Amino acid sequence: MTYRISELRQTMRSKISVSNLNFYYGKTQALQDISMEIPEREVVAFIGPSGCGKSTFLRTLNRMNDTIAGTRVEGKVTIDEQNIYASGTDVVSLRRKIGMVFQKSNPFPKSIFENVAYGIRINGIHKNKADLHERVEKALRDAALWDEVKDRLNASAFGLSGGQQQRLCIARALAVQPQVILMDEPASALDPIATQKIEELVVDLKKDYTIVIVTHNMQQASRVSDKTAFFMLGKLVEFNPTQKVFQNPDERLTEDYITGRFG
Amino acid sequence: MAKTGTTGDKIFRTVLLIAVSIIPLIVAAIIYMMVQNSLPTLQRFGVGFLTGREWIPAQETFGALPFIYGTIVSSVIALIISVPLSLGIAIFLVEQAPKNLAKPISFMVELLAAIPSVVYGLWGIFVLAPFVRDYLGAFLQKYLGFLPLFQGRLTGIGMLTGGIILALMIIPILTAVVRDVLEVVPVTQREAALALGATKWETTKVVLGNAASGIAGAVVLGLGRAIGETMAVTMVIGNSPQISASVFEPAYTIASVLAANFADATEKIYLSALIEMGLVLFFVTFAVNALAKLLIIGVSRRNGVAKA
Repeated sequence: MTYRISELRQTMRSKISVSNLNFYYGKTQALQDISMEIPEREVVAFIGPSGCGKSTFLRTLNRMNDTIAGTRVEGKVTIDEQNIYASGTDVVSLRRKIGMVFQKSNPFPKSIFENVAYGIRINGIHKNKADLHERVEKALRDAALWDEVKDRLNASAFGLSGGQQQRLCIARALAVQPQVILMDEPASALDPIATQKIEELVVDLKKDYTIVIVTHNMQQASRVSDKTAFFMLGKLVEFNPTQKVFQNPDERLTEDYITGRFG
Repeated sequence: MAKTGTTGDKIFRTVLLIAVSIIPLIVAAIIYMMVQNSLPTLQRFGVGFLTGREWIPAQETFGALPFIYGTIVSSVIALIISVPLSLGIAIFLVEQAPKNLAKPISFMVELLAAIPSVVYGLWGIFVLAPFVRDYLGAFLQKYLGFLPLFQGRLTGIGMLTGGIILALMIIPILTAVVRDVLEVVPVTQREAALALGATKWETTKVVLGNAASGIAGAVVLGLGRAIGETMAVTMVIGNSPQISASVFEPAYTIASVLAANFADATEKIYLSALIEMGLVLFFVTFAVNALAKLLIIGVSRRNGVAKA
């Protein structure tokens, strides 16, 4: 029996399911009627011009927008069939399940080791000290940073280069064993070589995690993602397999954006 | 073509230089005046002035230790009370309170700073002192009376009351500085913690970790204020130059003794003793404030914010 990879993918279940999502900053509506299925263990890229709502949408997936006063959500976001906006949702444990990497690397003012250990400690994941060390090492290895930092785990995280700091933040997110990783333009502040490392890492992490990545860089989206969503003015214009979006998009608007006619 | 405006620039520059040079001149003049006028006691007592425990102006015996002790202990009491309170207020204002509540509370805290010292003193005499005598002191004596700290007669006027008044007076500055320091902690630090499944308290701990040296700076700044505060303390601390283990006993601070005795100091040596005390106070507050500034600059620089 032979399957084409794309056919296999069709059978994968969806990890995150969004239906009719509206989002408001005060009276301004930032997201309009968004519905989307994000499949498990795939990379989904969000692209679109600045202010199109792609980052806002990303942040609705781990309820990070809750921290901004005056925001409001309508509609449904389910992760593993559970509505995360249902009343009584434990936001703290939700966020533990959904890791996040930010645009600007934001390590804590602690050592490299303690940065990665932080999430493990507060969630009480480790059994003992040796286990903690193992988990920190594994996270650093998975983030392709171990070899560069293994000799200076107790040095400050601020001594690392920008690219290393961002990989440290990825390691920190991986350490709490999330199921989904949300990345908000993780390479936008990095040089091409550091960016390439992050991109390789994203592709590599796909085998264990569901990844959603917001990016300004269309080449990046085409390199790393299986599916691409194009947003504009708070609306989801098109959501298709990445190859299709970049070669033969359904929407005229998508094509105009991809070909650089605006944006 | 003739250059335009160079004369104007020169005049402007000179005016500014004159204005700026006034500051170091004042500092130098104050130090010179104090050293010059305290020479009689500096020469006569030397270091003994700082370690002497007797203060009997009529016999020309001048020991500053009770005053140094009173200043330090009253300030430490003030810090013990005000630091946790101010931290709590600042954390609430920055991390918890909705905007429409944070603003009026911030405003009220700043209003406290605008109340004149002498008004605090009056309130201390008529409200705080009886409260300490009848309730707080009585309570402490009943349950912790086995400690030397809480023994002795309870008059309501003494070290503890002085410390509490000082605490109230430094809460505004402490709160304001800690609030500012917490506000410059980047949002991304909070989001990083939240995204890892941190609770509100755990996130607050991350924020406090970021702000640690700035908070230390705020505390030192508050200490500087407490050390130099005069009027309100003079009114409630009892003004008796003694060193007692009990916080109920009256005490005396450097600032208070200067304010209370300057008019009576007719003999040259008495005056000199008071001025030397002022010199001690000057150097202590100077050092404390310099330390605070350095700590606060440290936290701003690390967060990439030029604010000191």
